[in-house]
Amino acid sequence: MVRFIARRVALALVTLLLLSVIVFAISNILPQDVGRSILGPFAPAPEVAALNHRLGTDKPLLDQYAKLLKGMVTFNFGESYQTGQPVGDLIKSTLQNSAKLAFLAFLLTVPLGILGGVVAALKQGTLVDRVIVMLGLAGSSIPEFVTGTFLVVILGLELHLLPTLADWPPGSNIFQQMHYLLMPALALVLVYFGYIARMARAGTIVALESDYTRTAVMKGLSRATVIRRHVLRNALLPTISVIATQTGYLFGGLLAVELIFNVNGLGRLLVTAAKAKDLPVLQAGVLVIGIIYMIATLLADILISWLNPRVRLGAED
Amino acid sequence: MGESGCGKSTTAYAALRYLPANGRITGGKALIDGTDVTHLKTGELQRLRATRVSMVYQDPGAALNPSIRIGPQVEEAFTVLGHSDARSRALAALDHVRISDPRRVMARYPHQLSGGMQQRVVIAMALACDPQLLVLDEPTTGLDATVEAEVLDLIQALRTEMGAALLLIGHNLGVIRKMCDRVGVMYAGRLVEEGPAEAIFREPRHPYTVGLLRCVPRLGSRKEDHRLETIPGFLPQIGESLPACVFVDRCPIATEVCRTEPPPAVPVGQGRFSLCHHTDRIAAIPAPAAEASAPRAAQAAAPVLSLEGVSKTFKQAGHNVYALAGIDLELRAGETLGLVGESGSGKTTLAKTILGIHAPDEGGVMTLKGERLPGTVAERGREEKRSIQIVFQNPDSALNRSHTVRGILMRSLKKLAGLAGQAAEERLETLGQHVRLSSRHLDMRPRQLSGGLKQRVAIARAFAGSPRIVVCDEPTSALDVSVQAAILNLLADLQRDEGSSYVFISHDLNVVRYLSDRIAVLYLGRLMEVGPAATVFDPPHHPYTEALLSAVPRVDGEPTDRIRLEGEIPSAAAPPAGCVFHTRCPRRIPGLCDVDEPDLKEVEPGHLMRCHISVEELRRVQAKVVEPAEA
Repeated sequence: MVRFIARRVALALVTLLLLSVIVFAISNILPQDVGRSILGPFAPAPEVAALNHRLGTDKPLLDQYAKLLKGMVTFNFGESYQTGQPVGDLIKSTLQNSAKLAFLAFLLTVPLGILGGVVAALKQGTLVDRVIVMLGLAGSSIPEFVTGTFLVVILGLELHLLPTLADWPPGSNIFQQMHYLLMPALALVLVYFGYIARMARAGTIVALESDYTRTAVMKGLSRATVIRRHVLRNALLPTISVIATQTGYLFGGLLAVELIFNVNGLGRLLVTAAKAKDLPVLQAGVLVIGIIYMIATLLADILISWLNPRVRLGAED
Repeated sequence: MGESGCGKSTTAYAALRYLPANGRITGGKALIDGTDVTHLKTGELQRLRATRVSMVYQDPGAALNPSIRIGPQVEEAFTVLGHSDARSRALAALDHVRISDPRRVMARYPHQLSGGMQQRVVIAMALACDPQLLVLDEPTTGLDATVEAEVLDLIQALRTEMGAALLLIGHNLGVIRKMCDRVGVMYAGRLVEEGPAEAIFREPRHPYTVGLLRCVPRLGSRKEDHRLETIPGFLPQIGESLPACVFVDRCPIATEVCRTEPPPAVPVGQGRFSLCHHTDRIAAIPAPAAEASAPRAAQAAAPVLSLEGVSKTFKQAGHNVYALAGIDLELRAGETLGLVGESGSGKTTLAKTILGIHAPDEGGVMTLKGERLPGTVAERGREEKRSIQIVFQNPDSALNRSHTVRGILMRSLKKLAGLAGQAAEERLETLGQHVRLSSRHLDMRPRQLSGGLKQRVAIARAFAGSPRIVVCDEPTSALDVSVQAAILNLLADLQRDEGSSYVFISHDLNVVRYLSDRIAVLYLGRLMEVGPAATVFDPPHHPYTEALLSAVPRVDGEPTDRIRLEGEIPSAAAPPAGCVFHTRCPRRIPGLCDVDEPDLKEVEPGHLMRCHISVEELRRVQAKVVEPAEA
């Protein structure tokens, strides 16, 4: 098990290195003069050169990449071209907001999705099953900016149940903030419920039809015991990896939701940085999302192997 | 008993009310000790299953929950009965099914146990409630013959201790004969014959039973003596409207009345009945023709393939696994070499090495028709690939399901025989005829074909390039006995016509004996005995061969003086010192066998054996175990 984790961590580090290369390559792929794009077309050439020198953008690419790597290790990505603030601080504050939103969405989606999927599987072929499957399918096929807009109109503007924008007054405690974040989180729940429910349903159906479930039933166990002890654990293994992948998305894929609900999060930061060619912010932001994604899948892999004795213990002792 | 699709398992599961969602009991009663199961409420049904009926399943690995340790799984069968001392009872139950270290086994997960151990655990759980009815659904299918024998012995021993009635489902007639007092033969969802086992095996009174009994190769039957009987035609498809007598289309003695009137259950004495209009004409069923299906391969034929010192070591989690150790073997032109041994003995590794799926270790030499044969397929030329082909165990997964039969065979003709256009078309026609596929079948896709037809396609594919050697890896073990007979006949015919050599792997020794000219017995990657089939199957044998043979349940039902093997095949990662078989050998000589590994020596002309015990001594001690006269 220890060896397995060590191997997975090493693999994650390699992936991270690869990601840094890709991020760096993409942000440098267009021949561009950073100093010029910041100062504008009419700035005098010596000033542009001076700025480029100060930012380090006149150095060879290899040096610049080394700087990025160093930044990754020390979490010091320099300053934003746009505002001059340290990139680390920018990321930290926006990441906090994104994390709150992601956490709330996660907390709502995972239990709902698993419950929905398991119930659908247990009632396979009935109306309940069909309604859950259809809801999930509809939710995950409509983009979140559409469902988000609907939520704003219905829950916010018509029913006045929830605040429409996530701009909580300064000094709000975490619960007040959650209240503001509930609507964007609901928009995400609608999208991700379907994925999780579908996996949970499929896994449960396989487990219900398995030979070991038959053995459990033939032992004379009650249906509740059969499901609790024999079905669920095996049924939810595949769901865990789906959840993990989605945790990554929850952090990185929130662009639309953050824009609609005005959440000052990582996604919005990235959009602004991309527009303004604010390379340090862009690179650091993408890398951070990559790291989160990797940690999520790593945790899922470890959890799955821990839950699955065939992986944990191997075929022979 | 009956072939697959006849309704054996469905009957048993209906009796226990465990039917799939699309299954329903439409009428009738199922009485278990007087209780009509069909009308029980959920709670009563749970109570019945917990306390009075139990079941043992075909695939014990799948029947145990993979993510729960053995201990809690067995304990559960006791807690459901309300016992508070479930753990100590579970320990006792595992001990009862002859598990030697129950405490250790309880702490394990199912995948850490061998198939035989898993089945013992399932049996222990089934016996927890001291059931009145124990249903065994093919409990030994998929287990090695030696393990099968042990499990069956265990069930028989337990049976005398408990009062349970056993309902045994099986397609292995030998197992049925060994275990059962009464037999019901099923065909197309009907019980076509029922009666005392002895009587039915000795004198079947339904044409289907007659066919079933005749198409199994008996111990000692050989291809050079007779062809195997088959049951022509197919089981009616699901959804097809059934004729008045369900067997009429395949029956050799059917008359007009069989199509118009459903046959009554005719009492045929001894409490037997047969669902047949013509129980008096059973004797009129033509006896099998004593036509030899293949001539015996010439003993002196030149070797087409030879292996010298071939070993194969796998690296697994830092250990060396010695799958093959110094194999010297020759395959002669036109002969069938049977490979025999338990799982883990190296049969499949040897086959794969010959095929070039993995290269042998340094030092091993393979020669094909006198020329050095490269170790892997990648290094082999077209001619070498064409010369060595394979027929797999499971035709389902061996054929690409998205191609038509024609497409599959054309590709092989192009790749192996180098044929294209008109020439390929013509060859395809003859190939199809040789394996008895009609042109209608050629345009179908594998999933539209029955198991037997799929295997014919797989055989045709192997023969597309007129191979010198065909490796047959358990080619009939996924098939029913009547289909098996047809495939074995086909293989024998093709060999006669094409002169190919076969390396034939099967766990069914009667099948190996039927088809093989020579037999090689493998144990832990070593050849223990090699020789002409008759010599290997008749005493003197290597003690391992002796044990394998005596584990075979006989359809003919003679009592056998069984040699029982102790324990399981050791790990190939740490083979025992001395003779690798000494840890399980009932005839080992202490101080010799556990120290020195014997050489493979010629004990009679063409008969090699790896044993310290002299052949005279083996002949003397084995003479008591009289083999049945060959048919």
